[in-house]
Amino acid sequence: MSVDSVFVHKMWDDHELSKMVKGGIPFPMLSDGGGKVGSVFGVYLEDAGVEARGRFIIDPDGIIQGFEVLTPPVGRNVMESIRQIQAFQHVRKTKGAEATPSGWKPGKLTLKPGPDLVGKVWEVWKTSMAFDE
Amino acid sequence: MAEEIKAGCARPTGGPVGEKPKAKKETPQEPIIQEGKSMVTVGKKAPDFAAPAYHKGKFINVNLSDYLGKWVVLCFYPGDFTFV
Repeated sequence: MSVDSVFVHKMWDDHELSKMVKGGIPFPMLSDGGGKVGSVFGVYLEDAGVEARGRFIIDPDGIIQGFEVLTPPVGRNVMESIRQIQAFQHVRKTKGAEATPSGWKPGKLTLKPGPDLVGKVWEVWKTSMAFDE
Repeated sequence: MAEEIKAGCARPTGGPVGEKPKAKKETPQEPIIQEGKSMVTVGKKAPDFAAPAYHKGKFINVNLSDYLGKWVVLCFYPGDFTFV
């Protein structure tokens, strides 16, 4: 979503993005003239008249589980967004019984919060696990 | 002489030139609850919206609530053709 019109979205997809992504952009490119939606989400930059790089992860119940907002010159990390979605999906699947520690990826150790784990995380989880090998 | 605009990530914008817009008469008012301002918090419902969209050759209208039951990644960005 940006403040550009749907016509400009089409031109951008036709003339540039489709040359980077085969078949063009697969998801809807939304238009937010005037930044009305962006204002509600807190990402509309009034002075510049554009929207910051805001990324919101919204679950199947419509609940915002996470967001990230960057100023225009720095691009996002798609893999980190995917990692967060996988983690939120795992937590949802376990109905909150499991939590995903720092650096978690599918296959890595999860934690089961409860009285027995208080003060004992150091026994099962090591700081090296926060990093990719 | 026209000044060259340095192309950056933000879209160049214009605005009123010369005469400054008249300052609004400041009348003391009751504090207004700011509606439409950011109301986004993790763990809370995402505000619903409707927006026109371009999708695979068609212009469509999208409501966020159309996607209930699915995971959604909503991305904002400064503008089409802005490099990053």
